[in-house]
Amino acid sequence: MAALDYIQDLNRSVFDTANQQDYTKNVVKGLSEALIRRISKEKNEPEWMLAHRLKGLEQWNAMTMPTFGVDLSVIDFEDIIYYAAPKEMAGYSTKWEDVPDDIKKTFERLGIPEAERKVLAGTGAQYDSLNAYHKLKEEWEKLGVLFEDLDVALQKYPDLVKKYFMKCVPLHDHKFAALHAAVWSGGTFLYVPKGVKITAPLQAYFRMNAKSMGQFEHTLIILEEESEAQYIEGCSAPKYGSTSLHAGCVEVFVKKDAKFRYSSVENWSQDTYNLNTKRAFVEENATMEWVGGNLGSGRTMLYPCSVLMGRGAHADHLGIAFANANQIQDTGARVIHAAPDTTSSVLSKSISKNGGINVYRGLLQINKGAKGSKSKVRCDSLILDKTSKSLTFPTMRVNEDDVSIGHEASTGRINEEQLFYLQSRGLSEEAALGMIVNGFIEPIVRELPLEYAVEMNRLIEMEMEGSIG
Amino acid sequence: MALLSIKNLIAGVAGKEILRELNLEIEAGKIVAIMGPNGSGKSTLANVLAGHPKYEQTSGEAKLGTKNLFDLKPEERAAHGLFLAFQYPKEIPGVNLVSFLRAAYNALNKARDPQFQPVPLYNFKKLVQEKMDLVGLPRAFMNRNVNEGFSGGEKKKCEILQLALLEPELAILDETDSGLDIDALKMVCETVRAIKKPHQTIVMITHYERMLSLLKPDEVHVLMNGKIVKSGGPELAGILENQGYEAFREKSSLKVLA
Repeated sequence: MAALDYIQDLNRSVFDTANQQDYTKNVVKGLSEALIRRISKEKNEPEWMLAHRLKGLEQWNAMTMPTFGVDLSVIDFEDIIYYAAPKEMAGYSTKWEDVPDDIKKTFERLGIPEAERKVLAGTGAQYDSLNAYHKLKEEWEKLGVLFEDLDVALQKYPDLVKKYFMKCVPLHDHKFAALHAAVWSGGTFLYVPKGVKITAPLQAYFRMNAKSMGQFEHTLIILEEESEAQYIEGCSAPKYGSTSLHAGCVEVFVKKDAKFRYSSVENWSQDTYNLNTKRAFVEENATMEWVGGNLGSGRTMLYPCSVLMGRGAHADHLGIAFANANQIQDTGARVIHAAPDTTSSVLSKSISKNGGINVYRGLLQINKGAKGSKSKVRCDSLILDKTSKSLTFPTMRVNEDDVSIGHEASTGRINEEQLFYLQSRGLSEEAALGMIVNGFIEPIVRELPLEYAVEMNRLIEMEMEGSIG
Repeated sequence: MALLSIKNLIAGVAGKEILRELNLEIEAGKIVAIMGPNGSGKSTLANVLAGHPKYEQTSGEAKLGTKNLFDLKPEERAAHGLFLAFQYPKEIPGVNLVSFLRAAYNALNKARDPQFQPVPLYNFKKLVQEKMDLVGLPRAFMNRNVNEGFSGGEKKKCEILQLALLEPELAILDETDSGLDIDALKMVCETVRAIKKPHQTIVMITHYERMLSLLKPDEVHVLMNGKIVKSGGPELAGILENQGYEAFREKSSLKVLA
């Protein structure tokens, strides 16, 4: 039985049973101006944010659906719960004891500590976790680093938030950016002052779970000049939202000579439409690195984007997508070279199995004047059986002559000879297949912090279960 | 009782019959050479015994001890003590040698003994280092991807390393000489003789006569046209060196005529 089945079972057993009444009593489905005003009021937001939300709603109603990617016409937007206040959610969460044994086992197999498992299962406040979080926070605070829930940051640092919020991904960017602007709730705010270098990756494990309904979470990250940080969002166990739409937004501002790495392992439940927007503005001699793993989610449209705005800016995009039965992973890197001597490198690896479909939809754009820019794009896909597919749409818009561009793509099936070699050494066909697949994604997994790399490999192993006969 | 007993084996690849009623018995503990010219069916024999999916067995049987190999998956054959040193060892990108060896070691030992407990990584690395020193493969290879970027000789040494580590009952060495210079070949043969435990059986498949003086087999079988046409002791080496396979080709065609 595949791990995701456990997850779906949890979805049903936890959310569809005893707690359902409490849950539906206080929350409303569908989107309206009244709901937007209510969100803003409950969060005690400044006037500009309400105005911004209302503008988002207006744009959402005015804009048309994307004309590419996965079919979104099946989503009933009136049937989605866009917002639920934490106090309403209290009745919605469950006790750890009520979580079915097979789910607990899944967490154990992932190697996630119990405190974290409880949080991931949506069982409410975790004092241990909160304490751990606060302790780390103090260390960063001494350096002037701000790391907060974005709702909290909006109260504490309204000017700073206002200066950057949705300036990288404007609300009119696309229809789901407009929706996000209207209903965003929770998320992360990270501000690293000039020259501060944080060596350990900042993690959003605990943070996300403070809002278990964070389907429209906003991540706003600012790296001042010469600063360095790494941030990782681990949705390494699925979230159990009742809504099936995730339209989050990640905005990153990497200033001159700064360096930032954003890593994420997204593993949403299979009934989720993951329509996330991630973008970075990268200034002079700054470096932005995206490392991402996409598993789970029935439908994904996600194209992390780097805009190289200053001379010598650099972007690295590393991505893994795994499409299992009934999944379409429509992903890809977008890089815009808008200044001279900018460089970028893209490595995408996809695995398709049991009829799953991977689509690589990348964009490489070199603007007029971005002389001396260099880019290297490589997409490798592995197709595990005859029913699965992999498609590649690498768009290139090159408006400057003095540039260097490389594009390589490979599509392969599992090599029978490799499989036999491993089996002849005593590995079962399934274990051999898992080893080959893990080897295939290794160039990306090795860039993840160790504990995430371990989780990523385990997740892949779980996806690989039942591959044979 | 013979360790390996092949009776009337008919097998081939891609619909082409290559082994034609091959019969062969090999006793435990022996070093055996199977010699044959190109196209005689040597690699087919090695691969069909190990269970390569492209090779088909049409009829006949091959028993390893009491088990009929053709009833078993490749990994089960390995668990029952069969090992094939590949003519062309496969590269596994992104998988380092020590993790591969550990997975194989644990899987085989677990299959052979349900009580087996996986060896901690530290101890396992020690064990691998010991074997690497034995086969003359630098220890740094442990962290390299399996066979990726290895020279021909390094690949063959890596196969012998696996042989030393996995301790099969029956090891088939498929054209281990190919791609090796004489010094490397000498070293491989000496290593094989040195690591061989009394109960272990080595079957070297080759077309290269000089292998015989290096490996010093107890038995020599000549494979031609899909059949064993001559079996004997080391004295066959002399005939092969002086007259080549022609000596046996004559006999086999005469046999057909008769």
